[in-house]
Amino acid sequence: MNKINKDNFKQDAYKYGFVTEIEDEKIPKGLNEEVIKLISSKKNEPKWMLEWRLAAYERLKSMEVPKWARANIADIDFQDLYYYSSPKDFKEKPKSLEEVDPKLLETYEKLGIPLKEQEALAGVAVDAVFDSVSVATTFKEKLNEIGVIFSPISEAIQKHPDLVKKYIGSVIPVTDHFYATLNSAVFSDGSFVYIPKNVKCPMELSTYFRINASETGQFERTLIIADEGSYVSYLEGCTAPMRDENQLHAANVELVALDNAEIKYSTVQNWYPGDEEGKGGIYNFVTKRGLCKGKNSKISWTQIETGSAITWKYPSCILRGDNSTGEFYSVAITNNHQQADTGTKMIHLGKNTKSRIVSKGISAGKSSNTYRGLVNFHRKAENSKNFTQCDSLLVGSSCKANTIPLTENNSNTSSLEHEATTSKISDDQLFYCMQRGLDAEEAQSLIVNGFCKEVLQQLPMEFAVEAQKLVSISLEGSVG
Amino acid sequence: MKEALDNMLEIKNLDVSVEDKQIIKNLNLKIGPGEVHAIMGPNGSGKSTIAHTLAGKPNYLVEAGNVDFKNEDLIAKDPYERSLLGLFLAFQYPIELPGVTNASYLKQILNAHRKSRGENPIDAGEFLKILKEKSRNLNIPMEMHSRFVNAGFSGGEKKKNEVLQMDLLDPSLIIMDETDSGLDVDALKSTSEAVNKLRDGKRSFLIITHYLRLLEYIEPDHVHVFGDGSIIESGDKSLASRIDNEGYEVK
Ligand SMILES: Nc1ncnc2c1ncn2[C@@H]1O[C@H](COP(=O)(O)OP(=O)(O)OP(=O)(O)O)[C@@H](O)[C@H]1O
Ligand SMILES: [Mg+2]
Repeated sequence: MNKINKDNFKQDAYKYGFVTEIEDEKIPKGLNEEVIKLISSKKNEPKWMLEWRLAAYERLKSMEVPKWARANIADIDFQDLYYYSSPKDFKEKPKSLEEVDPKLLETYEKLGIPLKEQEALAGVAVDAVFDSVSVATTFKEKLNEIGVIFSPISEAIQKHPDLVKKYIGSVIPVTDHFYATLNSAVFSDGSFVYIPKNVKCPMELSTYFRINASETGQFERTLIIADEGSYVSYLEGCTAPMRDENQLHAANVELVALDNAEIKYSTVQNWYPGDEEGKGGIYNFVTKRGLCKGKNSKISWTQIETGSAITWKYPSCILRGDNSTGEFYSVAITNNHQQADTGTKMIHLGKNTKSRIVSKGISAGKSSNTYRGLVNFHRKAENSKNFTQCDSLLVGSSCKANTIPLTENNSNTSSLEHEATTSKISDDQLFYCMQRGLDAEEAQSLIVNGFCKEVLQQLPMEFAVEAQKLVSISLEGSVG
Repeated sequence: MKEALDNMLEIKNLDVSVEDKQIIKNLNLKIGPGEVHAIMGPNGSGKSTIAHTLAGKPNYLVEAGNVDFKNEDLIAKDPYERSLLGLFLAFQYPIELPGVTNASYLKQILNAHRKSRGENPIDAGEFLKILKEKSRNLNIPMEMHSRFVNAGFSGGEKKKNEVLQMDLLDPSLIIMDETDSGLDVDALKSTSEAVNKLRDGKRSFLIITHYLRLLEYIEPDHVHVFGDGSIIESGDKSLASRIDNEGYEVK
């Protein structure tokens, strides 16, 4: 009986923890050439893509799992995982929402993404990725009319091989590090976006990642290319069922911005964080990198990280084009036994490049929250500037917050500005709000949302309210 | 529910200590519905301490005695329950809430009160209308509401914001802790007018102040002098004039 109550409690705290009862089709467990060939053939990939994967796998054999992050992590047996899972009989992606399995539509509805309604509402186009496959993409045709390509990457590999071939691995080299290389070998689905010259994408593009199958890793691969003078705002969301096992999500996301182009990339990451004792939850080991390839280009990362048992994630910008700009806005919330090690790298190569980092870390419970960042000015990055602000807020006294900002300045004319604060949620602020009628949790969430304001307001309007609620929910149960 | 109350607030034999130091000593005070009581007294005599105790500030330990508020045991309640029950404290030093815009904060606290009364959240248009009207009465520019709560507000602006909140939440007992300190002459006048408008024969006030000036605008029914944690003298409003003339030393 105790158990039921407890499960109910968890259900309250993490409302996306349900499992969709749908038959799935997995390829056998384990990591080997056969598995990679199977994934590639499931996706009808051309030969070059398979060869690219196999080369990555060859490389992986001699690589080791990184050990540097501030995280206690159980050893992962890479031979004991499924690398591909899709709903059964999922041969070809449905052409329209009418053909999508109702169970899947219902799943997304429960997650707060009613695909059919979204299709009717202008404003947001959605690509829904369920385990290893994209199950629906809305507004595709409409976007096509203005030359915007928004499709699952598996489809892009077949239909736009030249673009994919040119850019995949151009920002995150196949050999980058263990998880990036692993992803290159076994990636399943993710989104592909191409915005043609001088097109401002008229709607938000978003991908919704859902892990459903057990003992399965999700290896998302996303590639976004903004051609000269174009603009796109893209958002991804992520959830998974509650399970006692730790599941692996190892994504690679590459962004390329050409001359005068701008990419705004937002993430609301709410993978299952594990229970109050720290059992279960997603290992979120993600490589995200953007290349400001052209002059005056801009890449802006915004992330709201509330989920996952462990998060390692450093969305970075390589500022190669002169006058290019990189931004990183982050809210990372850890509660119970969660561990987050996140931050960014800003690599200044071009002249007059600018970067701005605003990181807000909130730790509660017994969690640990680290900001890790690197700002590098290359010798030729004349007159470049970085501004970094790292604020940590502690809720309670059993949590940890660390700030590790590294800088390497090889340019005499460039400047860095760094501010950092660590504070506790103030009793006076709580009392003031409570004196006006807010209970302890409402008061706390008001103050925490205030603390995150600068980052939350970077989110596209459509998602800001949702993100605010998420911030409050993630801290539930942490009021003393 | 709205039976006539004998007493709004009744404090009996109250001892309060803060961090192991006893500050309130055997305090007794009765405030009837509609009455306005003023408390004066030297710095450090315990005026803010009693205000905070009534509002339920953590770490303010009630060691003895009790407090009835609208016939309920006040001390047993959480701070937010006291607020929802109708107790409002205008802080001597209002607290800043960085990142929280004043308008959304005001709306949220109003909605918390509406919810406890079983009402729906206020409609955005209606809220704006109320906010405009109440702000105009207090000479608060609307721009102030898009700033963060009290952050970078001048001393007087913070106090006006407190008065605005008391006006918004429709409390039964208003405790004002030196709300007049820091107000310019015009603000003092508009604040007093706002207070006088709230004086409806049912709502009660406990006004802590150092200055006769305020009490000339808001005429109190009773004046108490605080000394070393309790009331050492009570009288009518002439007591305030005497203190203004003679100070606390002369008795
Ligand atoms: N946390 C605390 N620890 C120790 N002493 C405290 C604490 N808080 C208040 N006091 C003391 O309690 C006494 C009463 O303080 P209180 O703020 O109530 O005075 P007051 O009458 O409001 O004074 P003022 O007119 O200056 O506002 C003072 O001596 C003060 O120093
Ligand atoms: Mg005081």
